[in-house]
Amino acid sequence: MATTTFAPPDHDGAAPAHLTPTDRVALLRHMLLMRTIEERAMTLYRQGRVPGSFYDGFGQEAVSVGAAFAMAAQDRLCILHRDLGAHLVRGVQPARILAQYMGRAGGVTGGRDGNVHFGDHRLGCVGMVSMLPDMMLVATGMAMAFRLRREARCAITWLGEGSTSRGDFHEALNWAGVQRLPVIFVVENNQYAYSTPTAAQYAVAPAQRAAAYGFPGVTVDGNDVEAVFEATRVARERAVAGEGPTLIEAMTMRMHGHAAHDDMSYVPPELLEHWRARDPIDRQEARLRTLEVDLDALRDEVAATVRAGAEEALRSPEPDPATATDRVFADEEVHLGDGCAPWSGWSR
Amino acid sequence: MRPLERVVAMSTMTYLQAVSDALRTEMRADDRVFVMGEDVGAFGGAFKVTDGFLDEFGADRVMDTPLAEAGIIGTAVGAATVGMRPVCEMQFADFVACGFDQLVNVAGKMMYRQGLSVNVTVRLPSGGGFSGGPFHSQNPEAWFMHAPGIKVVAPSTPEDAKGLLVGAIRDPNPVVYLEHKNLYRRMKGEVPEGEHVAPFCARVAREGEDLVVIAYGAMVHTALEATEDLEDASVMVLDLRSLVPMDEEAILAAVRRCSKVVVLDEANATCAAGAQVAALIAERAFEDLDGPVVRVATPDVPIPFAPALEGAVLPDVKRVREACRDLLAY
Repeated sequence: MATTTFAPPDHDGAAPAHLTPTDRVALLRHMLLMRTIEERAMTLYRQGRVPGSFYDGFGQEAVSVGAAFAMAAQDRLCILHRDLGAHLVRGVQPARILAQYMGRAGGVTGGRDGNVHFGDHRLGCVGMVSMLPDMMLVATGMAMAFRLRREARCAITWLGEGSTSRGDFHEALNWAGVQRLPVIFVVENNQYAYSTPTAAQYAVAPAQRAAAYGFPGVTVDGNDVEAVFEATRVARERAVAGEGPTLIEAMTMRMHGHAAHDDMSYVPPELLEHWRARDPIDRQEARLRTLEVDLDALRDEVAATVRAGAEEALRSPEPDPATATDRVFADEEVHLGDGCAPWSGWSR
Repeated sequence: MRPLERVVAMSTMTYLQAVSDALRTEMRADDRVFVMGEDVGAFGGAFKVTDGFLDEFGADRVMDTPLAEAGIIGTAVGAATVGMRPVCEMQFADFVACGFDQLVNVAGKMMYRQGLSVNVTVRLPSGGGFSGGPFHSQNPEAWFMHAPGIKVVAPSTPEDAKGLLVGAIRDPNPVVYLEHKNLYRRMKGEVPEGEHVAPFCARVAREGEDLVVIAYGAMVHTALEATEDLEDASVMVLDLRSLVPMDEEAILAAVRRCSKVVVLDEANATCAAGAQVAALIAERAFEDLDGPVVRVATPDVPIPFAPALEGAVLPDVKRVREACRDLLAY
């Protein structure tokens, strides 16, 4: 099974077949929203309002937005810490995200976990744990349940290239391959796992390894949101048709440090320059200019939305210390619900 | 007037048959329930707990998995989040170490962090006494007692083997279910047919008033045998059944009644379930004691293979009897 490279859908200048102009603007808007929220959160961190550290996905917005955009309402997502865009696509509001970073009662976890360690279960999302590839098995298990119940649904999870070194990566790919499950693994190859470069992480590229588990691995330009969308759309079609999993390796770059404390002095400046010229938001904006989209108005709207969200988040109280030992156990079963699926393909 | 009692048909079953009966009963009644594990299908499980299940329920619901314990528990968690009730079999309790992260970090913390329940039952064939050696004899319950969000139960009788397993499958939380291998075929008893759920609380295995032995799992039987004829002393045996939640009121009531306590574990002594029982008594029943809390447990060594060595470390009737005699004479 050969590894294929996914060509950007409009690399020859043609409009993408599965995206309306409204979809293309929505992709940009979600990326802008992600970046604006994270920039605002970084400011709040510097003001001492975000406890712990702060992790962002600056420069990687296309990977979570593009992939999540292809998923249906009834699909389920396990989302990682540089994938805020996926939460936004599913419908989590900026105020709840900013309150989450600040550990407020109004955050998605109500202060019980920090950063992007959250998932709104009502929207079909499971929040990550810090041992990143763990969620690959959880997503595989969701797909296993869909298959058991003969449901045309799909699970998706993201992971970093560092995750490919862990045993759970192997166990999940093997399991999904053996059972031909409807699951999509998006490897977000951002070149560094904390300070460790890919050369110290693996000898064989992640996409190539999928073949060893009996399903396709595709490489995609992770800074091209429409290319990520298209690769995921195709993978989802395969999945719900019973053709099994797909591994998508999205090539991108972590443009900030591992977390707010990390000045990433270990990254060669020319590497950052190389990727800065390929910024996913700039690229989508360039495309949309040809569609006569009012980008200034879009940016203003996003800025106003985040400003209002931040104000609401700052009004949210600290969690009540008396509740710190509550809800360790469930009294009844709570399952994942359906999320937003804004792609026009779901309303056709 | 006596309360109305439902007439329940009883069957004589081994402990092993009771585990099977619980699974079969729940799988027939609820199509969300399925079993998954290594060699559980065509082979019927290493101990034959799921013998015949493949024919009745099919390969989807009696799932032979790849040899991957993190995979078994991790995929079970995923299936639970979308409404299934998976029952995972670890071929031996010892192997759960390979799935520890999924159970402790993913399953155990899910409800607390994000309000999402994880109804997963993990069956652990545990315990020693038959030369299983260091990797087929362990009692790993304390690992999970220490991890928030996981319930831990350990039946000692066929009746509870069924009732606690049904309870675990219906409980919305991750539940570690310890089934003691040494009881599988040795223990036989009356088990209610059909619907039978045991609550996650302690049970008085024998009444008494001079001393109480607090135990769970196979050690309940060791305690009963060691104290059945002990110089006319009246010895209570309290079967904990559930380690998380721990039935603190039953423990404290037993101490108030007997004043002398032997806490018995088959697990390694340090931070064992019995250590938690002893700490509880020290904190909340100090005034009720008429002697030191005495612990009998396996020393902190791997479980050795040779019968002479294994016998030297696992608590047995003789050690328990001596501990009780000494304490009665205190």
